[in-house]
Amino acid sequence: MTANATPVARAAAPVASPEKKKQSRHLGTHFFLTVICITWLFPLVWAVYTAFRPYSETGANPRGYFSVGGAYNFDNFLKAWKDAELFQHFLDTLIVAIPAIILILFFASMIAFAVSRYSFRFNIALLMLFTAGNLLPQQVVITPLYRMYLALPMVSPISDNGMWYDQFFGLIMIHLAFQLGFCTFVLSNYFKQVPREINEAAVVDGASVWRTYWSVLLPLARPALAALATLEFTWIYNDFFWGILLLTKGWKFPVTSALNNLSGQFFTDYNLLAAGSLIVALPTLIVYLVLQKQFVAGLTLGSTKG
Amino acid sequence: MSEFAVTQPVSSTAPSASAGGAVLPTTPAKKRRRRKFSVLTRRDRLTLVFMVGVPAFIHIFLIWVPTVASIILSFTKWNGVGGIEKIQWIGLRNYEVLKDIYQPFWPAVQHNFIWLGTFLFIATPLGMLIAVILDRNLRGSRIYQSVLYMPVVLSLAIVGFIWQLIYAPGSGFINNFLDVVTGSTKWTTPGTAIDWLGNHDLNLWAVLVAASWRHVGYIMVLYLAGLKSVDNTLREAAAIDGANARQTFFRVIFPVLAPINVVILVVTVIESLRAFDIVYVINKGLNGLELLSVLITTNLLGEASLIGFGSSIAVVLLLISIGPIIFYLYRTMREQPE
Repeated sequence: MTANATPVARAAAPVASPEKKKQSRHLGTHFFLTVICITWLFPLVWAVYTAFRPYSETGANPRGYFSVGGAYNFDNFLKAWKDAELFQHFLDTLIVAIPAIILILFFASMIAFAVSRYSFRFNIALLMLFTAGNLLPQQVVITPLYRMYLALPMVSPISDNGMWYDQFFGLIMIHLAFQLGFCTFVLSNYFKQVPREINEAAVVDGASVWRTYWSVLLPLARPALAALATLEFTWIYNDFFWGILLLTKGWKFPVTSALNNLSGQFFTDYNLLAAGSLIVALPTLIVYLVLQKQFVAGLTLGSTKG
Repeated sequence: MSEFAVTQPVSSTAPSASAGGAVLPTTPAKKRRRRKFSVLTRRDRLTLVFMVGVPAFIHIFLIWVPTVASIILSFTKWNGVGGIEKIQWIGLRNYEVLKDIYQPFWPAVQHNFIWLGTFLFIATPLGMLIAVILDRNLRGSRIYQSVLYMPVVLSLAIVGFIWQLIYAPGSGFINNFLDVVTGSTKWTTPGTAIDWLGNHDLNLWAVLVAASWRHVGYIMVLYLAGLKSVDNTLREAAAIDGANARQTFFRVIFPVLAPINVVILVVTVIESLRAFDIVYVINKGLNGLELLSVLITTNLLGEASLIGFGSSIAVVLLLISIGPIIFYLYRTMREQPE
């Protein structure tokens, strides 16, 4: 993956020598940033610390939560993993996220290719519709959508109750519909910057529209697709709303939506709650730390020029 | 999906030397021409219709059809039982109930606006300020960025849980800390403890601190990307003219960044209107944490399933969000090369 759209890269580059002299004068700034960073890290650090301590050590006085000493172990993590059936919920997340991401990128790249390489009368109208749809609060559509999901039929292997409601399929479709706007916009900007000569060369070689898209333009978009896939994974993983509204069977809930039940189960045991939250937070934190470049690139591709 | 992002077209005149240069093989914009349909074969045309038609259908069917349906249903009474023929037209009755009788409505509107105000006047400016500081190529800038951005990858539901560990009256950090510092136990004792998330005068502010924790990093990254794309010669020119850092920013950089400022503004407004997860995991959006988004959900999932009534709240949310959306579309499409 060679996505290096991140403008952030420049920040790390060595700077000119006059800048070096200034570094010493930046003490106040560093102090300010350090204080902010410590404040920002604190809630996460506190959650980690709490998660490693058994409830028996912290829940009861005299020790309390703001203390050191006593046992530290992984018991809360193991218990949260088992009690909340997190394995099943992680699986649910993947069942929804993987097809959703593939479909989103496939459909978004198709429409982006078409609107950026060919001119339709309704090009702009279409892009406006997609962008506006991307900006709508989900709650605006949920009431009729919920009824539609109950009414729409679906065949048996895809749906186990004949409806769109309470189905992984239904969840995939709404993610697809909502995320198309963002990805289409990013990809159409991307395609617009590819020289048109590439298209023309393909046409001269007798390539069909589909072949131009699939074998010529799509491979060129790999960096953008990688960045978008990273971003979309995080967003779909983090979805809470669609999960709790469009599913009803407990075992089907993707992991973020499953948290809603977790709060009931772990009602008083905050150590367990900390451990459960951290397990669920871990995948996105890892994705972010490992694929930081892709992540920021995806976000900024859509929001800045370039 | 609690997450959200805004898109913006690449202007045809944008210099490709900055951020974009790394992304793509670029071409001078003026060379761009529009291909006419006439050179396409029949099959190619069908392919294109399919390529545009299928995604457009899915999007319109699942987003715009329900949006229009929300508007229509808001003038009706329907509890979802007994099919569409049971829907009764009741005119503006739902809106009258909303305005005069339904108690959580005005608090929810107020909370949404407090949310917006806090983001707009505190969290967003803080994120922009940090971006401006980090843009000065400080040593360790990457580390600061990584730390501040970290909460953004968490869902607001997780943020809600993590902050409950800070706020919980008996087990939370704040009250336990106060206990140790004051050498008493009254801070964590039921009755005398401050219930940060339970007290309806405090909880909205407590939640806003948690939500801002995430929002600041988001704005920071968006704005930093904008700042990096500013041509450095502008800064140099300002410096030669004797402008100080503040003047350079407010007189030169900020106006140049008008497009990204629009993005930031719209992100802030829409995120404030979409807020849902965090209050829902804390207390299902009751007792001081009412928001329009939550009221819609409660009416839909509640035992009575007041579909027409819930839709009227959705229409209010739509009306509030349509302004920023149109503003954004207007600003971005104006730059669209066409």
